[in-house]
Parts: sequence; structure tokens; C-alpha cells
Amino acid sequence: MGDDGERVSFQTCPEQYRHWRLRVDGEVATLAMDVAEDGGLRAGYELKLNSYDLGVDIELHDAVQRLRFEHPAVRTVVLTSAKDKVFCAGANIKMLASSPHSWKVNFCKFTNETRNGIEDASEHGGQAYLAALNGPASGGGYELALACDYLMLVDDRSSMVSLPELPLLGVLPGTGGLTRVTDKRHVRKDLADYFSTKSEGVGGARAAAWKLVDEVVPRSKWDEAVAARAAELAAGSARPADATGVKLTPLCKERTDDAISYRYVRAELDHDRRAAAITVRGPDREPPAGPEGIDADFWPLAMTRELDDLILDLRTNETGLGIWTLRTQGDLALVLAYDKLLLEYRENWLVKEVLLYAKRTLKRLDVTSRSLIALIEPGSCFAGLLLELALAADRSFQLDGVFTGTGHVAGPAAITVTGLNTGLLPMGNGLSRLATRFFGDKKALDLVIGQVGTALTARAAAGLGLVTFTPDALDWDEEVRIAIEERASFSPDALTGMEANYRFAGPETMETKIFGRLTAWQNWIFNRPNAVGPDGALRKYGTGQRADFDRNRV
Amino acid sequence: MPTAADYADKIPNNVGLQEDLRLQRALESWQPNFLNWWDSMGPALPARDVYLRTAVNVGREGWAQFGHVAMRDYRWGIFLAERDPGRVIGFGEHKGEPAWTKVPGEYRSELRRLLVVQGDTEPASVEQQRNLGATAPSLYDLRNLFQVNVEEGRHLWAMVYLLHAYFGREGREEADDLLRRNSGSAESPRILGAFNEETPDWLSFFMFTYFTDRDGKYQLGTLKESAFDPLSRTCEFMLKEEAHHMMVGTTGVDRIVERTAALMVEHDTDDAGPYGAIPLFVIQKYLNFHYSVSLDLFGGETSTNVANYYTAGLKGRWMEDRRADDHKLTDDGIWVDALVDGELAQTEVPALTGLNSDLRREYIADCQGGVSRWNKILAQAGLPQRLKLPHVAFNRKVGAFAGIEATPDGALLPAGEWERRQGEWLPTDVDKTHVRSLMRPVRERGKIAAWIAPPRHGINGRPFDFEYVHLA
Repeated sequence: MGDDGERVSFQTCPEQYRHWRLRVDGEVATLAMDVAEDGGLRAGYELKLNSYDLGVDIELHDAVQRLRFEHPAVRTVVLTSAKDKVFCAGANIKMLASSPHSWKVNFCKFTNETRNGIEDASEHGGQAYLAALNGPASGGGYELALACDYLMLVDDRSSMVSLPELPLLGVLPGTGGLTRVTDKRHVRKDLADYFSTKSEGVGGARAAAWKLVDEVVPRSKWDEAVAARAAELAAGSARPADATGVKLTPLCKERTDDAISYRYVRAELDHDRRAAAITVRGPDREPPAGPEGIDADFWPLAMTRELDDLILDLRTNETGLGIWTLRTQGDLALVLAYDKLLLEYRENWLVKEVLLYAKRTLKRLDVTSRSLIALIEPGSCFAGLLLELALAADRSFQLDGVFTGTGHVAGPAAITVTGLNTGLLPMGNGLSRLATRFFGDKKALDLVIGQVGTALTARAAAGLGLVTFTPDALDWDEEVRIAIEERASFSPDALTGMEANYRFAGPETMETKIFGRLTAWQNWIFNRPNAVGPDGALRKYGTGQRADFDRNRV
Repeated sequence: MPTAADYADKIPNNVGLQEDLRLQRALESWQPNFLNWWDSMGPALPARDVYLRTAVNVGREGWAQFGHVAMRDYRWGIFLAERDPGRVIGFGEHKGEPAWTKVPGEYRSELRRLLVVQGDTEPASVEQQRNLGATAPSLYDLRNLFQVNVEEGRHLWAMVYLLHAYFGREGREEADDLLRRNSGSAESPRILGAFNEETPDWLSFFMFTYFTDRDGKYQLGTLKESAFDPLSRTCEFMLKEEAHHMMVGTTGVDRIVERTAALMVEHDTDDAGPYGAIPLFVIQKYLNFHYSVSLDLFGGETSTNVANYYTAGLKGRWMEDRRADDHKLTDDGIWVDALVDGELAQTEVPALTGLNSDLRREYIADCQGGVSRWNKILAQAGLPQRLKLPHVAFNRKVGAFAGIEATPDGALLPAGEWERRQGEWLPTDVDKTHVRSLMRPVRERGKIAAWIAPPRHGINGRPFDFEYVHLA
């Protein structure tokens, strides 16, 4: 947002956590929430009862990431509270009520991504998450638990799980609660309906009977039961017992008002034209011989971490830059060499984590509310992993031929489809970007897959439907300029809506429901007077006054 | 492929064509299509050469160079009025900012649309007039027809230049389409209705150049104000040529009125028809028709598109810099024609949405000038009859009065009565047949058809009996 001047940083490490305690004990790690009341990212609210804001979630995201890369031996993560009387009260209401709309939306998006990341860790990374609800879990607190594989609730007659957003605040649970209750936990819709209007929630045996939690346990047996379940969950994991993790060292990042640069990723911020020009550089050295040579400098990992941080930085701090252009630069052959390694060792736990991280980062791009325009120029290296950037873009331009004149020595721009593009990096809809692009047109998809490994220059790429426009050197600058200026002139809201629709052709999944259906409804509600008007529920909450609703249904 | 030196010679220009590879490439692929179009849709009468005015630069000397040239080899040039580097935008929300030398991406679609609609009319009139050469009343008139035709062709070039130079691939596609649409074609007609009617005879031609080309003048005048500087400069230069086309119309009608008046006096009659001229009442009917359909070209009384164009700075008002207001018009109102309780009346609307009415009013005042001039000829002949512009509600198919019928005096008519009486005011088949019967070609130098008087002056100081056209 950057409205009040201070930029949000997404980089942290366990030594700097203010809100979480991370303890690793063999194959079980415990991530205990212990939110510092005075530790809010912005002034004006206190993070009571383990309520959270973006700062709390940034630490959670960091912990989830590090557990995957730095702790290969960890097979179960116990998510619990370090406070006595509460697990988590959800997103801080005062923070929400006082935030501008764009902040709320971006906050919900990031928290959703973090919860999806937790599910990705358990589903694909071999790290199961156990929610040990040792106190009430309400709203976002229960939604956080819903992202875990197994939910245990202490049975003490006062600890409940609840989604009180609708009855108390006049909004929806914003981080997937409504979706996961039915689609993941298979709670019957009528019970879910009742549950979501009952502000105090449901606890004890009934919570288990309704499948809102998996197990309720009396206090006396709590620690023992949690430990037992954690061990059981760990038993199913394929993570290696003897591997060494990769320490996620701090990123080398330089940040000014006009540019953000890392080792492989750079963005020029043009505030006048409302555009960020992002360039991702290819590898600068040969890949290691095998997975044992992978460290934090391994290009796919280092580049992905930088891109991930850049996306988060721009999304949060540069809402005015509505257009992102995506370029790559480097040696296509080297990118292909890394691709080969990733493909060959994709079953290795670390290579798998790198690929899963790339997948999550590309998904971040997919749900980013910015217009994405890929610019494929001579000297670029859109192949395999990096080709995904062009496929994620709303439109792409590939130069037909070469640039002439001094300083232009590179041959014609070419793109290359590899085995990484055909299913290892799926989107939120469960399909590869290629399969989504050619949804319902298997013939076109097969033609593209038939070209795996071929360097495709502009006409070939356009013929296959892989790029949108192929101007030549005479037209390039003007076509690109006009496309960007035109895009920047349209309504940002309408663009966001259109892009979000076109990017996700094909089937619905929990993820697409959360980022599409839930988010769209929530954002509508967030803009309605019944929530945010002077007499709206969100504004009246905590004042002792009742909300005054416009009773008309629309 | 021509060399750089060829470009200046073959395509006279002041847009740096020699250095602009992008433009060269675009024009190279377009030019053969243009010549094909000219051969198949341009003037049908074969002529070896024609005494034409060619613009070779924008200076006082250069814009009018005369000589006999074969029309196909006419040097269709690309000229923009001289650039004023300090020019600022004169109206709309960008008022006071420097004029744009490039198309802002934000307005690309709208500007392209404006250019295409304007550009589409230029070749359309050539197509509408392609058969007129066969019935020209004199070599002098034939030459004027061809001059108008080649200059409309050049105006097409001017619009194509802008599309090629500033609108990339989409601009090139639009430029190609300008040659693919054809006047009167059932498959792909010209965009504006009035440009799909054939110009069947010379009275229609003169009326068209007086009334319909005058609409073009006013449209160009609004585009001349555009914040997009290359468009502004292009239109400024085109206006110069447009003025000559209208002169052809004005003096053409002059000469018809003069001849008719002379025969009316000589034979002491109201109807000069039997004496080989066009009766005055037929002239009035043609005037009624061309004036009313030209009024329709200005569009409805209110238009949000035009309001948007104005606010964006794409299209201004006629003589924008002489208007004493804020040039933004966000708080102003304007009275526009309307049907109120079934009566012809006016209603007030926001000034921005009423800009079509503003422009139409300027046009109407201008049209009156020609009518006064023709009436002076009648007066000098000692005749009491007068020509007049019909009421704005007469024979309208667009705008507030599209749904009603009115007499030329502005009296409302029931539909049935209009059906019965419209022949009193609009050319009937009998009138048209009579006019057409007079249209026999005269191709001997110094001779002229009997239904029109010779001009007072020739072209470029040449006498009337100069051999303006060498027929093939």
C-alpha cells in the first residue's frame, strides 16, 4: 500500500519473529502462535487474543517456507498457540475496519496464499500440518486450522471453533473458510450454514460429529494426544531422514523509489506510465551435476525467491503500477540445462521443493491483480521454467526478426517449450498453463507438445498460439508503447475482473473458488454500506451500537 | 523498391518519408492497391492527360503547381501544415498541455475511428462521381471534376499516412479496408449512408460539392483543432483544397442559375425546361435534397461520443480559438432542436453533449452564403424568384426530426400528406429524367452545353477554350 509512507518488507527469519515460536524436535516441528499485542504492522490497533495482521502472516509464511527447505527431517508441523486461553481470534477487526479496501484485498490474498502453501506442503511436500486448537479458534483462526490436515480441539466446554464474520461483522470469512468447510471437510451444507451464522461457534463432541474438527480431546490428555497424532502423521511421509537442508540466506535486494533489484530479478518502476518493467535473468553458470550441489544460490531457487519477493513487494507497496511487463534475458541453452536437471531429478526431495516453490510463485503471479504483458525480445530466454512467465501473461509480444542498429547483436527471439511446461507447474485450476491456454482444444495443445525442445521464433510461436502479437523491429516500440498506454487508461477494477476471469479457464478447484467466487463476493461486500458505511457492521463492531442495514436484497 | 531519392519525387511529402523505413514499407504495400482501386473505381472516362494542380510542398508556391499529367501518374503527396513546436491543446481536459506528437495509447481506438470515418468519405466521393466524366458539359468542367477526384484521392493518402505512421499494424489493416469498402456496394458499403448514393448528373455533382463537401470542411475544421498534432496539421492543409472543391460547387450552381435566369427572361417564363435549361424549381428541389441529407451527416442533436471526443481533446469546435468561453464546457448548456409535445422546438442540454448541434449551426450559416449569392444572380436578371434553404426539420432521417415530416417552411405534415406532396419539394423521377436528358457531353474545346453558362475565368489564368483535358 505504501499510503502512509512505510513500505512493507516480506523478508524475515526466525530470529526476528515477534509473533511465532518455532521449535524443531526430530520429525515434529511446533509452530506456536504468540502474537505480540503491540507488534502491529501499522499504528492504531492492538493484536489482542492472537489476532493477526499482515506482519503476523509474513512470519507464518516465512516459517512454512523454511520448514520445507531448511528442515528436510520434519514430517509433521504442529500448529498451535502459545497463549493460554485462545488459539487464534482471526484477522484483527480494528485493523480491517481502518484499512483501505486495497489493503484488505491484498491482505486476504496473501493470507490465502499462505494457507494454500500449507496445504501444498502437506499434499506434495511430505510435511503434514496438525492444528492443535488448545483454545477458541474463531474466524481467520479457524480458517488457518482448516488449512491443516488434521484438526484437534481441546474439549473444555469453552473452546469452540467458529466463523462469526457474518453475524458479527456483516462480511464473509475471507480466507477460504466457506470453501474448505464443505469442499475439504465435507460438512453438510445445512450444518455449515447454521455454523456460519452462529457467532459463538461449535465445540466439543458436536464439532467432531459435524466434521468441523477431527477429534476433541480433554485437557488432561491433550499433550499426549497431540504428540501421538503428530507421530502418526509423520509416519506417512516420504521425506528423507538424513538429508541436509538448504539455508534460505537473506536476499540481496536493493530498493529505491524507482527500482527494485536482486541478483537475477530487476524491476524498473515507471510511476508516470503506471508500469513496472520486470526483467528476469537466466542462469550465469552451468547447473550442478546433481541435487547434492543445490544450495541457496541454485539459480531456479534463487531466482524464484527473488521473483516471489518482488511480486509481494509490488503488490503491496506499488498499487499504482497497474501494468507489469515481463522480460527475460540470458542464455537459452543454460536455462534448458537447468530445466533438464530439474526434470531428471524431480523425485529428489529438494528438487521437488524447488519445483513446488516455483509453482507457488507462478500461482502468485496468476492471482495478481495487474495486467501482465510478456515482451519476448532477442537475447531473452523464455524456455521451460521461464516460459511460464510468458504463458502467465495476459498478452505477449514476440519480436519477429531482430533489432537493427548498434548494440543489437542478438539473433531472433525464440521461445522453447520443455517437459516442465506440460504439467509440473500447474495453476490453481489444476491444469498446466499450456492446457489452460488451449482449454478444450486438444489438437492445438498436442501440436505445441509436439514441439517440445524446439526453439520457436515469432512466426512459429504465433502459429502455435503461444504468443499474441509478433511485430517486427519497425513496429515494436510503438506497438508496445501503445499497448501499455491503452491498458493503463482502462478502469483498474474492470481490468482486474476481466483478467481474473480469462486467466482461469477450465475446471474449478478449491483454489479457484477461493480466489474467484469467495474473493469476488467478499470484495463486493467489503464495498457495500452494510459493511463499511457509517452504520455498517464492520464500522459499528465494538462500539456497542447495532449496525443499521439496508434490508433490500440485490 | 524505390530508392530514397525516388520517394521525394514520386510521393511529394514533408513528413520525412525518405528516412522513415516503417512508413516506406507501409506505403509500398498500400500504393499498388491504391492504384488498382483508382483504375477500377476512379474516373471511368479514359483521359490521356488533364491540366491539374499538384501540391509539391506546403509553401505559397508549392501547393499549386499546374501542368498536364496523366491522372494515374498524379503525384499523390503527403503534406502536413508546418509544425508549430509551441502549440498547446486548446480545449478539453488536457487544455494548456503541449499538443501530442504521438498517439496516446489511451485514445488510440477513438482516434483511429475518427480517422477511418473521415478517410472513408474521401475515396467514396470519387466512386460516387466515377461516371460523371461521360456527360461533362465542357472540357473545363471535366477538368474540375478530375481535379476534385485526384484531390479526394490525396486526402485519402493523407488519412492513410496517419494510419500508417501512428497506428501500427491495426492502422495498416484499416488503411487496406479503406480500399475494400466501396460506395453503394451491397457487401461492404462506405461507412456513412450519404456516401453510398451515386452522383447521377452534374447538377447533383455541383450540389454535392457545395453542400456535402462543406460538411467535410466542417468535420476537418473540428479535427484541425485536435490535440493530436499530426492530425491537426494534416487537416489544416486539406482544408485548403476542400475550399477549392466547394468553389467548383458554388460557381457550378452560379452558372446553372445564370443560364436558367437568362432563358426565363428571354422567353418570359417561369419554366425554362422547354428551352433546354434546368427549371428554377428543379434547382430548388435538388438544393432541398442535398442540403437536408448533408444536415444528417452531422449526426444527432446530442452525442456522448462527440462529448467524449471533445473532453479528451480529439475533436474541437469550429474555430475553437475564437470562442469566448472556458473551452471545457463542463458547466455550460446549449439549446438544441427537439420535438417538444409534438411541436418543432428546442431544449437545453449540457453543452458538451450538444456539440453536433453547435457544428451544424455553423454549417447552416455558411450554406446561406451560397444561396444569397445565387439569389443575387436572379435579382440582377430582374427576376423576382428566389432560392432558399429549407427548414432544418425538412426531410431529416437523423436526429430529433427523423420521425416527423415537415414542409420546407417548417410546417408539420401528417405522414400521408408527406407521401402525397414530397414531389413538390424533392426531385421526382420526372425532374431527374429531365435533368439527365440534358446531360450530353461536350468535348470540343471552347464549347459548352446549353443548360449551363460558361465560367467567368479559366483555370490558372488560362482561357475557357484552353485544352484542359486530352481525351484518350
